[in-house]
Amino acid sequence: MTEIGLGHYLTLGAVIFSIGVIGIFLNRKNIIVILMSIELILLAVNINLVSFSIYLDDLTGQVFTLFILTVAAAEAAIGLAIIVVYYRNAGTIRVEEIDKLKG
Amino acid sequence: MIAHAIFFYVFSIIAVISAIMVTVSKNTVHSVFFLILDFISISCLFIMIGAEFLGMIMLIVYVGAVAVLFLFVVMMLNVAQQKNQWFYSEATSSHIPIGLIISAIIFLELIIVVGGWKYKPELLNPNTTKISNEISNTHSLGQILYTDYIHVFQISGMILLIAMIGAIVLTFRQREGVKTQSYLKQISRERSEGVNVLEVPSNKGVKIDD
Repeated sequence: MTEIGLGHYLTLGAVIFSIGVIGIFLNRKNIIVILMSIELILLAVNINLVSFSIYLDDLTGQVFTLFILTVAAAEAAIGLAIIVVYYRNAGTIRVEEIDKLKG
Repeated sequence: MIAHAIFFYVFSIIAVISAIMVTVSKNTVHSVFFLILDFISISCLFIMIGAEFLGMIMLIVYVGAVAVLFLFVVMMLNVAQQKNQWFYSEATSSHIPIGLIISAIIFLELIIVVGGWKYKPELLNPNTTKISNEISNTHSLGQILYTDYIHVFQISGMILLIAMIGAIVLTFRQREGVKTQSYLKQISRERSEGVNVLEVPSNKGVKIDD
């Protein structure tokens, strides 16, 4: 219990990943919260990569975490821009009312 | 070791609770605040485990840029206070149990993978990029980031550039009825259209503005 190993970090990553997936599935509010859930999922992936990198004594994981950080920032910027444009056109970003695609 | 365990549990419990609050809280602004708390506690974990550079970069990029961007958009779009309840609604309540089940299955699968996972023996001795104790984390990251991963690094720069261009193109709009300065029009003006020389007959004057 007091010895923190790789398994603890991986479990933390799994928990945060699942919370992100639940947030995407169950969200009824607005798309911004879905984007935040995606950020949570990417965060969980980062936790896994960094803990593997430390415990396997290999720096490559941290380099890839940097790239994931970059992609997450780009994705957040583009996603928020799309949301702003959609809000300007449709006047709502509630998940229930976005049904243009009839999905 | 005991301090490591205590800090790990404190930070991870804060991280998990704030992750739950991100998805559950009714006010979107509160969600953004909990997202910031989540990022900060995870970056504390990173710093504690020995990846200081990534922890600090996460503070700068996520808390300083991404979360503030979220906050901007939430406040700009005026969707902070949603009148409706969060999860449950009549029309769409049918896929909630399925979503919960799938999330639980994903979690169980991840736990099974974590529990039953073993090192492949040759992975235990990475021959190239070992973490060294002599130089700092930032120094060693820079040493391999700018040599071995230079192409990936440049591609990530291109991704950021394209994201910037895309965001600008998406949100740019030409407004009607706004008076702006047209430099081309200003510098391409000529004397013939600016000045009009008239022959003024004496004792009569001229009529301007006709």
